[in-house]
Order: sequence, then structure tokens, then C-alpha cells
Amino acid sequence: MSAADPMLPRVARVRRRRRDGPDVWTLDVDPPEGFTYTPGQFNMLTAFGVGEAPISMSGDCAKTGRLIHTIRAVGAVSSALTRLGPGDAVGVRGPFGVGWPMEVAAGHDVVVVAGGLGLAPVRPALYRLLTERSRYGKVALLYGTRRPEEILFRAELEEWRRRLDIQIEVTVDHAIGDWYGNVGVATTLIPRARFDPVNTIAIVCGPEIMMRFASVALRDAGVAPGSIYLSMERSMKCAIGFCGHCQFGPVFVCKDGPVFPYEKISRLLSMREI
Amino acid sequence: MEIEGLERIISEHPFFAKMEKSFLDIVVGCAKNVRFEAGQYLFHEGEGADQFYLVRHGRLALQITSPGRGALTFQTLGEGEIVGISWLIPPYRWAYDAKALELTRAIAMDAACLRGKCEADHDLGYDMMKRFMPVLIQRLQAMRMQILDVYGTHA
Repeated sequence: MSAADPMLPRVARVRRRRRDGPDVWTLDVDPPEGFTYTPGQFNMLTAFGVGEAPISMSGDCAKTGRLIHTIRAVGAVSSALTRLGPGDAVGVRGPFGVGWPMEVAAGHDVVVVAGGLGLAPVRPALYRLLTERSRYGKVALLYGTRRPEEILFRAELEEWRRRLDIQIEVTVDHAIGDWYGNVGVATTLIPRARFDPVNTIAIVCGPEIMMRFASVALRDAGVAPGSIYLSMERSMKCAIGFCGHCQFGPVFVCKDGPVFPYEKISRLLSMREI
Repeated sequence: MEIEGLERIISEHPFFAKMEKSFLDIVVGCAKNVRFEAGQYLFHEGEGADQFYLVRHGRLALQITSPGRGALTFQTLGEGEIVGISWLIPPYRWAYDAKALELTRAIAMDAACLRGKCEADHDLGYDMMKRFMPVLIQRLQAMRMQILDVYGTHA
């Protein structure tokens, strides 16, 4: 996190905006000076005059001159953010939180299970895995989404699939027409992934229900609960653990997460009251 | 030779993994090799469910056709998986279409033959039930997630 007041947004400018799905847009922002981050961290982005929302970085951390966020327009703030165009101002606070365990994963097989827009927060981890490919064992990306039209970063997935050092499996929940790929929920891909379960780190990101079932399927496949990492989503406001909006049992998602080992939060995942 | 080949193939298929030799011998008597070209249907909705399939190679889609929308694929299956559950319960009728997406080789199991043998030998029937139940539960749970539409904006 920057040394400046963490509650004070820095003003950045949108460089480009690209549509990545029916209601999903990717903003390419000129980062504030000296801005760096690690895979899995997030920023609080301000649409001035509307409000602030937590958005994960979805770009390559190694490209320090670019700050990429992929946003689904669901509420007032996220919709306003997706309407920003080149030259528009956006407020940036961050980076915040604990990201993916890239150092822990070194020397291990890595299975990335992503669902829907959950592919965006894991993309920085995938860039790292592919850039530093020799540091990791087998790498597999298992991606599920609702329908073929909603496959995120499709061109990039196709490009990665052409590589011979990563397994890419994609599935959709439903398909009509000329889709010849897999149909079924993301968890059905886990038995098809090639990895050594006792030497695997799993990175899981998507809707909470999907993450719960994916974690169980990974455990059934032999991956230890302490080797499964989930990125949680809660109502982050201050992003520095002061306000309590994102309290999740004994932890704050903004400060202690958003990435948690499954063994730390598995009990909390099934509690309705949290 | 044919039976020996089938026995090896069936015993190596994940669905029949670690099945007792005496049961395998019975099951093999209900099995035959089949092959479907890409685009060919294994069966159609409403037809009698007189077989089920162990997929050896290839991929296929389970579909329901809706007027005006075409064929809706709700599941794809591939190597090591089984196709067909409707043969287990009366009235033994398929509730969807199964279409090969690519050249698919499979073992077809004669359902009436297997049902008869399970009735005659309840130990075999119980063994078969234990193999089918996890598949049924997994598919039920997967279907539940599909119905929940977890990737919707409400999730």
C-alpha cells in the first residue's frame, strides 16, 4: 500500500476501455506514480460523484505502466465505472489485501479454478505462472461460466491453449447452437485436470457457491485444505480493516484477505449468519 | 477373443474399477463395442432406454430440444464417463438426446440383460447400485448448481 493517506484516492486517467462481455468492461488506466501490486490484490476505484467500489486488478503485475481492472456493471458505482472512457478521471486507492500465494506455489503443481468474472482476479496469477513457468510444476486453468457468449478473455484463453505447458479447460453451464466445447459446471473439470494432488496449490475464484463446491471437489481429489486458496468477496468500504463492513467472522476480508486458505475459512463458509 | 477384449476394456473403465471378477464375467455378457461418428445420435428423447454406454474415447452432448431455440446442451461427457441413467427405472425411456460431438467409441451395455442379471443376483445388483449412486448424486449436484445460475448478477 502507498505511504500516502490510504483513505485518499489518487486521481488516474483511463487510457482505454474494452468490452469483454455482455455487461463486462475492462479499463486500462494510467497507474498513479510508483504503483505496484501483487496478483490477487484489489483497488478501491472511485467513479467521482457516484461512489467507490472494490475491484481486483486483472492485468499483469510485471507491466507496471498499466493498471487493468475488469468490471461487471451490476450496481450504480460499477455501472458508472464501466462507462468511463479514455481521458476520464478515476479515483484509485490501493493496492489492498493479501493476494494469491505465488511464492508458496513455487515448486508445486498449480490448479486454477475460476468461475464467471472470477477469471479476472486470477489473471494476474496466470500471467505470473506463465512468465515464470519454470518455477512451477504442472499448471492447469479450469474455467466455467454461464454460456459461451460470456467467456471472459476468450482470445487470450485460446492463445494460452496453444501453449504446450499449460492445460486449459473451459466449460459453460448451458449452450445452444454451434458450441462444441464442454457443458457442465466448473467442478466437473477437476477430475480432468492433470496434477499431483499431494503437491498442488489450488487457486479458486468465483461466486461463493461455486468456490464451496470447487473446494470440496479439490479435497475429494486429494488436495489438502491448507493448499486450497479462495478469494472472498464481501462489502469492502474502507479497505484497511477499520470500518468492519467486510468482517467475515474473526477476519476482515479487505485486510486479512481477500485471499484465504480454505482451511482458515471453511467453517465460516457454511454459516448463514455471516 | 472378443469377450476377453471386452472384459479387459470394461475392467479398465473407471465406472467398473475394482469390480469382482465373478461380477465382471456376468457384466461382459451384456456388453458390446459400439462406435458413433461425429453428429450421430446415440439415442433420442422418448425412445426406449434399452442400453447405457461406457465412453472409451470421444465426446458427446446431452441435449433437450426446445421449439424455437434448437438443441440446448446441458451436459457434455467424455472418456471414462457413462451415458444413460434412464435404463435403471421404469418406464425405461430416454428423457433427452445424446449426440456424438466427435468420433466416439463406447461399450454399450444391454439394459434388459443387465437388469435381469441384477434381479437374479442381488449382490451384483447392489454392486451396480453403489457404482451408479455416486454418478447420480454428482450429476444431481451439478444440475443444482446450473439451476442456481451462480454466475448471474444476483450471485
